[in-house]
Amino acid sequence: MHATRVRVTGLVQGVGFRPFVWHLAEEEGLSGKVWNDAAGVLATVCGPEDAIIRFLCRLRAEAPPLARIDDIRSEPDTSVLDDAFAGFQIVTSIAGEVKTGIVPDAATCPDCLSETFDPKSRRFRYPFTNCTHCGPRLSIVSAIPYDRENTSMASFVMCSQCQAEYEAPADRRFHAQPNACPQCGPRVWIEQSGSEVGTSDPIKTIARRIEKGEIAAVKGIGGFHLAVDASNSQAVETLRTRKNRPRKPLAIMARDLDQVRTYCDVGEEEADLLTAAAAPIVLLKSKQNTALASGLAPGTDRLGVMLPSSPLHHLLMSELRRPIVLTSGNLSEEPQATKNAEARETLGHIADAYLMHDRPIVNRLDDSLVRVSRSGKAVLRRARGFAPAPIRLGEELRQSSVPVLAMGGELKSTFCFLRNGQAIVSQHMGDLENRRTLEDFQKTLALYRRIYDFDPQLIAIDSHIDYLSTQLGHRLAAETGAELTEVQHHHAHFAACLAEAGVSPEDEASLAIVLDGSGLGTDKTIWGGELLVGGYKHFERVAHFRPVALPGGTAAIREPWRNLYAHLQAAFGSDQAFEICDSVFGDRFAGRNLSILDRMIAKGLNAPLSSSAGRMFDAVAAALDVCAQRQSFEGETGLTLEAMARPFASIEEGYPIDIDGGETKIFTWKPLWATLLKDLQAGVDRGRISARFHVGLINALSKCCLQIAQERKVKRIVLSGGVMQNELLLDGLAERLRNTGMEVILPRELPSNDGGISLGQAVIAAIRAEI
Amino acid sequence: MVHGGGGRAMTELIRDLFQRHLSNPILDQGHDAALLEASSGRLVVSTDGHVISPLFFPGGDIGSLSVHGTLNDVAMAGARPLCLTAGFILEEGFPLADLERIVMSMAAAASEAGVPVATGDTKVVEKGKGDGVFITTTGLGVVPDGVEISVTRAKPGQAILLSGSIGDHGVAILSKRENLEFETEIVSDSNALHTLVADMIEAVPDIAVLRDPTRGGLAATLNELARAAGVGMHLDESAIPVKGDVAAACELLGLDPLHVANEGKLVCLCEQADADRLLSVMRAHPLGRDAAIIGRVTDDEARLVEMETEIGGLRVVDWLSGEQLPRIC
Ligand SMILES: [Fe+3]
Ligand SMILES: [Mg+2]
Ligand SMILES: [Zn+2]
Ligand SMILES: [Zn+2]
Repeated sequence: MHATRVRVTGLVQGVGFRPFVWHLAEEEGLSGKVWNDAAGVLATVCGPEDAIIRFLCRLRAEAPPLARIDDIRSEPDTSVLDDAFAGFQIVTSIAGEVKTGIVPDAATCPDCLSETFDPKSRRFRYPFTNCTHCGPRLSIVSAIPYDRENTSMASFVMCSQCQAEYEAPADRRFHAQPNACPQCGPRVWIEQSGSEVGTSDPIKTIARRIEKGEIAAVKGIGGFHLAVDASNSQAVETLRTRKNRPRKPLAIMARDLDQVRTYCDVGEEEADLLTAAAAPIVLLKSKQNTALASGLAPGTDRLGVMLPSSPLHHLLMSELRRPIVLTSGNLSEEPQATKNAEARETLGHIADAYLMHDRPIVNRLDDSLVRVSRSGKAVLRRARGFAPAPIRLGEELRQSSVPVLAMGGELKSTFCFLRNGQAIVSQHMGDLENRRTLEDFQKTLALYRRIYDFDPQLIAIDSHIDYLSTQLGHRLAAETGAELTEVQHHHAHFAACLAEAGVSPEDEASLAIVLDGSGLGTDKTIWGGELLVGGYKHFERVAHFRPVALPGGTAAIREPWRNLYAHLQAAFGSDQAFEICDSVFGDRFAGRNLSILDRMIAKGLNAPLSSSAGRMFDAVAAALDVCAQRQSFEGETGLTLEAMARPFASIEEGYPIDIDGGETKIFTWKPLWATLLKDLQAGVDRGRISARFHVGLINALSKCCLQIAQERKVKRIVLSGGVMQNELLLDGLAERLRNTGMEVILPRELPSNDGGISLGQAVIAAIRAEI
Repeated sequence: MVHGGGGRAMTELIRDLFQRHLSNPILDQGHDAALLEASSGRLVVSTDGHVISPLFFPGGDIGSLSVHGTLNDVAMAGARPLCLTAGFILEEGFPLADLERIVMSMAAAASEAGVPVATGDTKVVEKGKGDGVFITTTGLGVVPDGVEISVTRAKPGQAILLSGSIGDHGVAILSKRENLEFETEIVSDSNALHTLVADMIEAVPDIAVLRDPTRGGLAATLNELARAAGVGMHLDESAIPVKGDVAAACELLGLDPLHVANEGKLVCLCEQADADRLLSVMRAHPLGRDAAIIGRVTDDEARLVEMETEIGGLRVVDWLSGEQLPRIC
């Protein structure tokens, strides 16, 4: 007889871990007990040595689907007497003692799925079936501890059968907080013009209406979606018009993996992501000439696809022959509606009918978006299914103990908590200039602070004072007495990637290529095409794109033609730029007052200088007549240029780009523009031109990067920034640099755009506090 | 023009110039201090230094602006202005002809407003120590009994009224200063608002708040108000008047009309029940022809000014730190 003390750390609370341990122990004939504590799960197991060894192996191998084991440690427990335990027991935790983090929402597990479709089950066709291994989490939590009364299930009193499941350690619904059944749980119904539509099967009925071409508002896990038949072009167009979303790609939901394969190429890793518990939207290569509407993702051959993430969605999809468009239920640029009343008001003129339910959504969660390219997986938007799982940091970062709150950026906002080396990054919340998003941000921040019992001592903010997140940081600092620390925008992009990759603060310097839209630089100009050498503590700007005016400031970000003129002016001077605009781009500048634009640049009148890579893309896009007048969504130029270039990227030579020497190297564009203009006049295919642009950038960046790496003896390269979401550019650079023996690291779990900077701000602040 | 108090001939010349154009019974007393009859009620006094480039712009110049700006500050307290004072700082070498033009314009503005310039002073500084001309004006006014206009009276539920289109002054100044030639010349809205205020108060003595959205534009004024009064504001973008040419210029320049200065507009907060009556009174006045109800005061704890956009979104109308650097990444 042996007694062993086992400590398990990781994401092991609220995921059915204790019942799992109980099961294993029973099966291996071990006695003992298991309980939660502040660090994770603890167990004492007694029995024959070989049984204990088997138990320990199976503990890791068979862990519940939502658990993430970081570490298992075992040691002989000498305090235990031979006859200490009769059988194996789950010790229920004492309320208030344990600070349980919240796990992400998870898609329906196989067991719940078969129950939902089993005519003999009492949960047959029940849209809210869930268990410890699946179901809503963050989306329904309003306070800690994570108990039913602190979720939006509080008002649903479990029937005796559900209660029995909830209390039985052997049941997979043991302590499953959202446990429910048709007897006692939430229900669905159809609504039209504010009143309920009588039907015996709302899901079947809404499916029929979608098939007829109607737009349905469907209340999901993290918010309302709008659904239309993805093969009905007219319905898709109507949706676009009503939602005021002319061109931005729309995601679809398919019934299962087989159905996805009808429309898209699906690689192994992509299949894994589609079927993962997070159930994100996966960007796939779409097949040609399928039954799907052509207007789903105009101008690109990529399509965002997700699989059902709840029984409601499974049931809906089982009624439909084809995939549906499933896009956030909002007016373009607004956050998706979460409350029934809000949806009635804001989606009234968009949706023909609603599939409603009465389980309130506490936390708004957008669908997450991921992509697999040659460089591997990249999370492009991190929300439902991923947040708020902690980001694992390297050993050294785990030493820092000062609790840091990082406020993130302005668009694609997230915040980050860092304490004891554990980083919790909130779900993506979006553009803070939007009133409702700002409100959400504050509400979510308050909730996370309660859930994680988090009192920041240090608040990290972007150095741009007009970011609403920065202003909020100032206000919070005043309220809590926490100290403020400013972090430069691209340094934060840089550090976020280092932290995620587990790079130690003691490691030698890295070189980051941060290609971005815009962020405030240390010289008070706007940066965005940067090569930085350094690490968490310091950085040096070793090279950058040539600063070019943004005539009209924010207007230049929306209207690519302004950047085209600014670039031509910077390369050739005003006189020649006028001439080029006239002879090459006549119609693109028709009716535009170029002389005023020129004066604005000359006088620096609302025309700040910027080394932005995003605006460089805008300028090239405008030259190729790609949304020259206006981008209909952020990043449209990059997305379109990339798609145009893709067929030619491996066969084209790159445009020449000059790198001016000196202490700081500067990428200048005159030779690029001269060649590009010649190509345009010679009638070269625009896709080829875009490819030559991409390849030119890859050539120049990697060349400059290698030169600096050699000079500075740097071996590790970081690729980050919003523009690095461009797959061609990212893969091209990563491969080129890896082929020379460089270590290349990329953001994986967090987006390379501003959705990731809160983590970078937090680690920089934490390390500053250590010094 | 020569510098200092010494140049006696010059001082005479200037004094004569002011006398000739600004003549009125009080000024004509010729004392260093003007004597006024004491009036009953509460007095309001406001002072403002005027520094502007260019000195002459479409719709006015520093002379008329220094009258309008101060009269408006007095009027925003709900007061009827009694008189003005003017202090000039001239840079040595400033053309006398320009000075005369400015004084004449000042005189015209004062007489149109029906408010005398009661006393004044002029100093000349060395060349390089000034920027042509600076004018400081002070206005004295009296608040009618029963009128209680104060930021502290801003309360959730009140209506927000605006007397006309925004952005005219700022764009006019900018275009002139930077030599930007738009298709039509944009003219400053510089004007004295006290007669409009008088009409408004007569119709609705219970007006809670009056403000003129000058520097920083409507956005800054409303944010200041919201913060000071501890309330929020909800605006309706489609209700806010912006002239076509001003909107077009702002669009090209990348400026938000909400952040652009005005010199002849006012915002007013009043009870909802009074809003329509007040609006019709405003519209009946030449300076309020385009008046509109643009939103309402809310009980937002965050004291935010929010605006429902033309496409139906809800945007935070922020208060910029100074230079407008784009925030979009
Ligand atoms: Fe960024
Ligand atoms: Mg004043
Ligand atoms: Zn399940
Ligand atoms: Zn039940």
